[in-house]
Amino acid sequence: MTPPTAPQGAAPSEGPQPVPATLPVTLTVNGQERTLELDPRVSLLDTLREHLHLTGTKKGCDHGQCGACTVLLDGQRVLSCLTLAVMHDGQAVTTIEGLGTPDDLHPLQDAFIRHDGYQCGYCTPGQLCSSVGTLDEIARGVPSHVTADLDDVRFSADELRERLSGNLCRCAAYPNIIAAVSEVHASQNGASQNGTAQPGAAQNGVGQ
Amino acid sequence: MKFDQPATTNPIDQERVVTRPHTRIEGPLKVTGQAPYAYEYRLPEAPTYGFVLGAGVARGRITAIDTAAAEAAPGVLLVLTHENMPAQGASDTPVPQQEDASPQLAGPEIRHYHQAVAFVVAETFEQARAAAHLIRVTYDVTPGQFTLADTLEEGKEPDDAADSVVGDFEEAFGAAAVTVDLTYTTPDQSQAPMEPHATIAHWEGEELTVHTAHQVVHWVKRGLAMTLKVPQKNVRVISAYVGGGFGTKLLFFSDAVLSAAAARVLGRPVKTALQRPLIFNNTSHRAATIQRVRLGADHAGNLSAVGHDTWTGNLPGGDSEPACEQTKYLYAGPNRQIRTRQSELDLPPGASMRAPGEAVGMLAIEGAMDELAEKLGVDPVELRLMNDVQFDPEKGPKRPFSSRKLAQALRTGARAFGWDGRPRTPRERQEGEWLIGYGVASAFRTNLVKPSGATVRLEPGGTLTVETQMTDIGTGSYTILGQVAAEMLGLTLEQVQVRLGDSEYPASSGSGGSWGANSASAGVYAACDALRRDLAKQAGYPYADAVFRSGKVWQGAECTELSELAGKEGVSATGSMTYGDLDEQFAQAGFGAHFVEVRVNAHTAEIRVNRALSVVGAGRILNPVTARSQCLGGMTMGIGSALMEELHVDHDLGLFVNHDLGEYHVPVHADIPDMDVIFLDELDDASSPLRAKGLGELGISGVGAAVANAVYNATGVRVRDFPITLDKILAGWDD
Repeated sequence: MTPPTAPQGAAPSEGPQPVPATLPVTLTVNGQERTLELDPRVSLLDTLREHLHLTGTKKGCDHGQCGACTVLLDGQRVLSCLTLAVMHDGQAVTTIEGLGTPDDLHPLQDAFIRHDGYQCGYCTPGQLCSSVGTLDEIARGVPSHVTADLDDVRFSADELRERLSGNLCRCAAYPNIIAAVSEVHASQNGASQNGTAQPGAAQNGVGQ
Repeated sequence: MKFDQPATTNPIDQERVVTRPHTRIEGPLKVTGQAPYAYEYRLPEAPTYGFVLGAGVARGRITAIDTAAAEAAPGVLLVLTHENMPAQGASDTPVPQQEDASPQLAGPEIRHYHQAVAFVVAETFEQARAAAHLIRVTYDVTPGQFTLADTLEEGKEPDDAADSVVGDFEEAFGAAAVTVDLTYTTPDQSQAPMEPHATIAHWEGEELTVHTAHQVVHWVKRGLAMTLKVPQKNVRVISAYVGGGFGTKLLFFSDAVLSAAAARVLGRPVKTALQRPLIFNNTSHRAATIQRVRLGADHAGNLSAVGHDTWTGNLPGGDSEPACEQTKYLYAGPNRQIRTRQSELDLPPGASMRAPGEAVGMLAIEGAMDELAEKLGVDPVELRLMNDVQFDPEKGPKRPFSSRKLAQALRTGARAFGWDGRPRTPRERQEGEWLIGYGVASAFRTNLVKPSGATVRLEPGGTLTVETQMTDIGTGSYTILGQVAAEMLGLTLEQVQVRLGDSEYPASSGSGGSWGANSASAGVYAACDALRRDLAKQAGYPYADAVFRSGKVWQGAECTELSELAGKEGVSATGSMTYGDLDEQFAQAGFGAHFVEVRVNAHTAEIRVNRALSVVGAGRILNPVTARSQCLGGMTMGIGSALMEELHVDHDLGLFVNHDLGEYHVPVHADIPDMDVIFLDELDDASSPLRAKGLGELGISGVGAAVANAVYNATGVRVRDFPITLDKILAGWDD
């Protein structure tokens, strides 16, 4: 639905300008340009779920505490509940729907199924988007709290556990998620890489 | 179909599909975001948005509620309060019910913090949220009782946990050569499923449809009908995908009742998800306990006296937290005394959370067994083996366990985990700045079965459709029920489609108490049995000779294609499974053993879990993929209960202070290592034709005690006040 818009007409000649009830926003969502008129209070999350009907992105807490709403914004993972859509005019968003479809799964989606990296499925889109972002961060050499040598960021299960800790899973598929993401990392980097970060190696999942 | 005799050979025993490790059939929908949860259905008509305002006091009366500003706010369509709420069915308790009237906004009286006091409906979520904050509520506050420890004298024997006394406990305990007398406290805990409680309600004339996040469809269907005072037949409930439950979605709350009531007033759909900070105080939680365990044994370790007392509290009319339950069955011992005392508290409603009773009761009894073993100088595994018993210790040999593999689980686990290599005494092993400790505990969870039904339809073309109200809350129901149906009809899993969570389908056990997989499978078994009889008859084969295999029904070398029998219309059958008294003839429970290794920082007392193993005897494992995940999930929640999960009570204001996911700590990726599960070969003939038992709660039942015992082994500090946080270890080191 479209929220009500402020009456059109001449602005008052003096005093504060009335705040318009809506603002125009253009986002590129999963490769498609979408222009919306939005209440400036609408989070990026609710824009996706309620205005674009992309309900794959989940609302678990609406406070940036659970990670279920994780999407990729210009390729980097963000909590879509903690940011307003109007702050991202002109930016590109990739949601779970943009990673793959049941007939054309992203390698991580396929690995999650094979490793049972989920149970109820509610945190799963966030875990997946976060995993895509995480592999890319490791590949770009971005260190984490558990990185031993800041100049030599290497993939490890502990790095994954640290970096994915913002994505809660109450069913606790954690060990299976780590197995799934580790397998995809290994297949994308080859055993010969010995875990060393390869810039850009994990970016092929971010379909724009 | 009635299951009143132990299972004999049946088609499930073929194990061509059942017991095979199939990945989830709904997996592709879940990993691509295509599986619709309650709040995500798109109706032809644009929805309106509901927002619940919770009470700012724990006990008292609303003396004034000013909604004028909210009603005048942009986009607002309706503000409901107790002053204009439509008539509802009555309840004599403030605790929401499973399948009875659970009114909301029923009057000015406030019985717990964040009880709903107003419901705003607007054109958009943002408008509803903003308007809710314009409502001004004035209360006349009544003092409340929020402190369990202050109510111990007032506690009464609850209806749902009667005293259980065998022999003379006090005399035996007094005479025992070696005793322990220990008191444990466990805090209030929150189920915290990732999907908030959520509902979309819409009416067509007198008929209501709710898409809601719920564990048992026929319960909420009846409960909503009773609450809204409409006939049950006018209520349709859809819970096709549920984002976790852990007990809290056994009940229905303000999102369902108020969305349905408001949708009726407005003549438009209303959708509401409870905001996360409301959930902890507005919905249900696991109540805190104080437990005293007294064990008496001879010098060898044979138990002569087993005593377990629990004190717990709830709002009037609420259930008890039955933390003594496992102690009735776990170990031998001729003199036994098991008692629960429940007092009235003015905290939010206590109700089911994963393994009600055992999850926190095992922390106490299995901690006490560890302390007794130490006092005796006996290996804790050996002490448990020594007191293993193959019959209900209260009833004697006339009531044997249907199956009980506690000893095998302990032995298998000890071998696989390397128990022999454990540090024998506390603080014995240190690696760098980390103290290493090993712990063990038994696992136990009562096995429950519930009536359950299904319809199965052989479709034109020879595929099969299964329909049942059963829910899949992450437990694997879609896949398991597909496997059962495929096995029964001689099909592959790919040839079966499973439809769940719709009240238009036959009523089912639903998901709770670990009864779901076994009970709902038995319902599908019954429906398939009826269909097999029809199809054999149609093919002209005596049922006793008919074999269903490879999409055909066979009599010897002769066969008929199922697709031929399906014809153009298809063939369907409905069946349900009910139960006789086998659960009285036999004690039934899942058993297992948990082994945990922790490391504790010698300076900071930070506790980390290095590894964990659960060995599980839970009857036939219907699908090892989903079963293993259930166990891992239970183990993780158990680690949470041992080390971090606690709702902190504000003892003056009567609320859980840490009511969000930032402050209520659940285990995260970094807390959980790779963990192992071993399933023992077991068939339980007395449980169901599937010969399966529940296991969704076995993983949580005992693992926390294994963690606590490992922490003691590492540090030399016994913490009996859960959760075990580093400040409590440091205090122990200071003493």
